[in-house]
Amino acid sequence: MNHSDHPPHDHSSHDHQPPPDEGRQLSDVQYLEIALRELLIEKGVINADEIRAGVEALDAVTPAQGARVVARAWCDDQFRQRLLADGSKACIELGIDIRPTRLVVVENTDNWHNVIVCTLCSCYPRLLLGLPPDWYKSREYRSRVVREPRKVLAEFGTQLPAGVSLRVHDSTADMRYLVLPRRPANSEHLDEEQLAALVTRDSMIGVTLVQTSLVRTQAIPD
Amino acid sequence: MTLAPKFKQGDPVQVCARDVAHHRRTPSYVQGRRGYIERFCGAFANPELLAQGRDGLPLINLYRVRFEQAELWTTAEVDAGDDSVDVEIYEHWLRQCDEPF
Repeated sequence: MNHSDHPPHDHSSHDHQPPPDEGRQLSDVQYLEIALRELLIEKGVINADEIRAGVEALDAVTPAQGARVVARAWCDDQFRQRLLADGSKACIELGIDIRPTRLVVVENTDNWHNVIVCTLCSCYPRLLLGLPPDWYKSREYRSRVVREPRKVLAEFGTQLPAGVSLRVHDSTADMRYLVLPRRPANSEHLDEEQLAALVTRDSMIGVTLVQTSLVRTQAIPD
Repeated sequence: MTLAPKFKQGDPVQVCARDVAHHRRTPSYVQGRRGYIERFCGAFANPELLAQGRDGLPLINLYRVRFEQAELWTTAEVDAGDDSVDVEIYEHWLRQCDEPF
């Protein structure tokens, strides 16, 4: 851009530094991460591209992985039983190797509903569902869902039918959890792939149910 | 070497209440509370030692312990019924309950 197109401005009032990103107040842990990363690069333990690739690989996992597992369990009862017996082992059948994660799959039934939390930090089945949503990591969710889970579920729009008991799973140590939601009513005509498309991230955390008619948000215009 | 699991599925247990300053994976809301063994999960490196930069050995047995909502909170939801919370707890935080409950 030609400078003569600009209205004249006073160069002494600012120094052409890019404006800081919003909310760019680094926490102690972020400083620690930067220091550690820079040291590892400086000492040649790992290079910047390997770190970038690692982040990219983490970001590439989406809840679609978990949805495939759920849809297979709905369509193949033998697989469902193997999944409930040993989650990590059964996932390998679908080409999803999440080892060394120890996956416990908890099944929603007519009488039981399951929901997952990590009250101590943010443990989450990342290799199946990708990165956890921000609310999952919030102190509010972590502290409330063990104490008043029905109220929390209601805030997600989930009312459990009468007679359904609720079980919260707190991932405090070495296990990771996946909720196997109930297959929705009137889904007999759908094949495995169509079923997988119905399975949402939140239903695999257990804060909502799987429905055949999803409420789609309108596309946001450019 | 790992010791054989001290508890089996269904055993009533109580979580120790300890005021420790170091890292641990036993949330305070279950300390002192009674539940029962839901399953034995295997033996794992001790996270309290790992957090100190040590090797976490010897491995320690880990269980999933089930607690009724009413055991955990005096303010449990009125419609809690059979609602429960399952928490992973390492063996050295558990002791056998003499009386089933």
